[in-house]
Amino acid sequence: MISVEHLTKRYGNFTAVEDLSFEIGEGHVYGFLGPNGAGKSTTMNIMAGCLSATSGRVQIDGYDIFDDANHAKKRIGYLPEQPPLYMNETPFEYLRFVGEAKGLHGTELTRQILAVIAQTKIEEVQNRRIAELSKGYKQRVGIAQALLANPPVVILDEPTVGLDPLQIIEIRDLIKELGQNHTVIFSSHILSEAQTICDQILIIAKGKLIAFDTPENLEKKLLTAHEIHIVAEGGKQETASILKSIDGINDIRLEDNGSWVSATMKTERHDVHAISKAIFFAFAAKKHALLEMSSTKASLEDVFIELTENAETEEPLTTAANDSVETKSRESEAQ
Amino acid sequence: MFAVLKHELRLYFHSLTAYVFGAFLLAFIGIGAMLYNIQAAVSNFEFVLGFGSLVFVVIVPILTMRVIAEERKQKTDQLLYALPLTTTQVIIGKYLSLLVVYLIPLCIVSIYPLIFAQFGEVYLPTAYGGIFAFFMLGAALLAIGVFISSLTDNQGLAAGIGIAVILFNYYSVSLSEYFSATAFGSFISLCILAFIIAVIVRYLTKNYILAYWTGGVLIAILLVICMLDASIFEGFLPQIMTQLSLFERFYTFVNGVFDMTSIVYYCTIIVFFLFLSVQSLEKRRYN
Repeated sequence: MISVEHLTKRYGNFTAVEDLSFEIGEGHVYGFLGPNGAGKSTTMNIMAGCLSATSGRVQIDGYDIFDDANHAKKRIGYLPEQPPLYMNETPFEYLRFVGEAKGLHGTELTRQILAVIAQTKIEEVQNRRIAELSKGYKQRVGIAQALLANPPVVILDEPTVGLDPLQIIEIRDLIKELGQNHTVIFSSHILSEAQTICDQILIIAKGKLIAFDTPENLEKKLLTAHEIHIVAEGGKQETASILKSIDGINDIRLEDNGSWVSATMKTERHDVHAISKAIFFAFAAKKHALLEMSSTKASLEDVFIELTENAETEEPLTTAANDSVETKSRESEAQ
Repeated sequence: MFAVLKHELRLYFHSLTAYVFGAFLLAFIGIGAMLYNIQAAVSNFEFVLGFGSLVFVVIVPILTMRVIAEERKQKTDQLLYALPLTTTQVIIGKYLSLLVVYLIPLCIVSIYPLIFAQFGEVYLPTAYGGIFAFFMLGAALLAIGVFISSLTDNQGLAAGIGIAVILFNYYSVSLSEYFSATAFGSFISLCILAFIIAVIVRYLTKNYILAYWTGGVLIAILLVICMLDASIFEGFLPQIMTQLSLFERFYTFVNGVFDMTSIVYYCTIIVFFLFLSVQSLEKRRYN
């Protein structure tokens, strides 16, 4: 549906997007993730035809966004970061303008406007001035505008920013619903949000793609680090020597509490239970009682932070399902 | 294009702009008609228009300041870029809506000569020739206003520059008398003009090399002409200023001459500035 090839955008000496390549299939919800300033908005702006690229290509349904702009744009509904609304109009008038600009007219136009108004649940404010609406409603009018003329691709740039928790949930539900009939791409810098509504997540940082996978796969591949916390009887030194004798744990931090010692350590091994067992028997052999033991998984959030901070060295993480991306990155490496 | 036209018209009539514009225009021409046609009992309606043309200095910037500057400020230009419309369609749609807003009061004005004709001898061909030229003059100024608005996202600045430019154009003929008519004076002024053009090129393209070359080549051409035959420059600058004045060309109509070259000149100005506006809008996509 969408193919982005070697996209680069420079502002003077600053590179906002660098050699970005990925392909997005039909249907589903795609999350575009990255910290602020990672190049999310720039990429989306280019995909929607609002911005030119320094080099590279973007194709929507086979139409080039630069050379065949009219055909490509008819297939995209775009909501920029700040909803582009005319404050003096009512949502209905505004949607009529957008519909006409998208080539709709007559009864078909009215029918479609009413349909998107119902879909985004803005019936009760459709005849009030946009300037008077709350932020949540403004956002909905922005989404309604993107949905007019039923484009196969809907691009939403940070649709939940600045909304209250209830509104966020409503917008998320709406995005999920849209994913059934459209290819939805939305950007966010909140990972948990992408995790709950996306079928696929693209993580970009410093203008480069660093991961493109399903949330489950990302979790499986990346969440290897576990943290184990124990409380044991005995002194600091004895505990340290017992722990050091066990393979597969590192980064041990000890704290002496007089009659007992609490220790926190990390392991990269998948089978955390094997490590727990080894710890248990090691302490048993020395006749030291283990008073507490617990293990926690690093959250996807931690991984996200780690990934985006080390963006320079990482190569894109993808599964076999996204072969095209993998081969592309290899090609670019070969070049 | 028609979507933009309809939308812009709706915005004008939702806000006060269209009404303020129309009211100013009608009030000024009304005062003129009272002074010339009623008090002084002159039957030439075109004199009223000659008097009324000064109102453009204020009302054209009021009408055009928001056209593009406002879109930038509210970030609605993003929508225009994302919709399946070309920049040319957007600019032409916006320009046509301005013409409609301008034509409504002008239609009312065009009844005046007929009313006066009921009470005396009015030579209608010159009156309507004058109204037509008045329309063309306004249309050309509106095109300039659209371009100025496309340069900034600050409406106030757009209005300020607009007023300055139109005022300068209005007085350029009287001012030209104060400019040096000697060859050397013209040469220096043209060099300064070349420098200003280079600065504008630099601002629009953000390309130093192109700007240096433009400035350099223009000044070199001037130098060559100066060395070959310096007498060409004699009186050159005042002549250019008179030629470029939109208002001066309008006064030939007021004096009862229907001048086709002026009509062509107005059309050229409209096309030229609309073209520049399209480029200015398109440029933002590349910055």
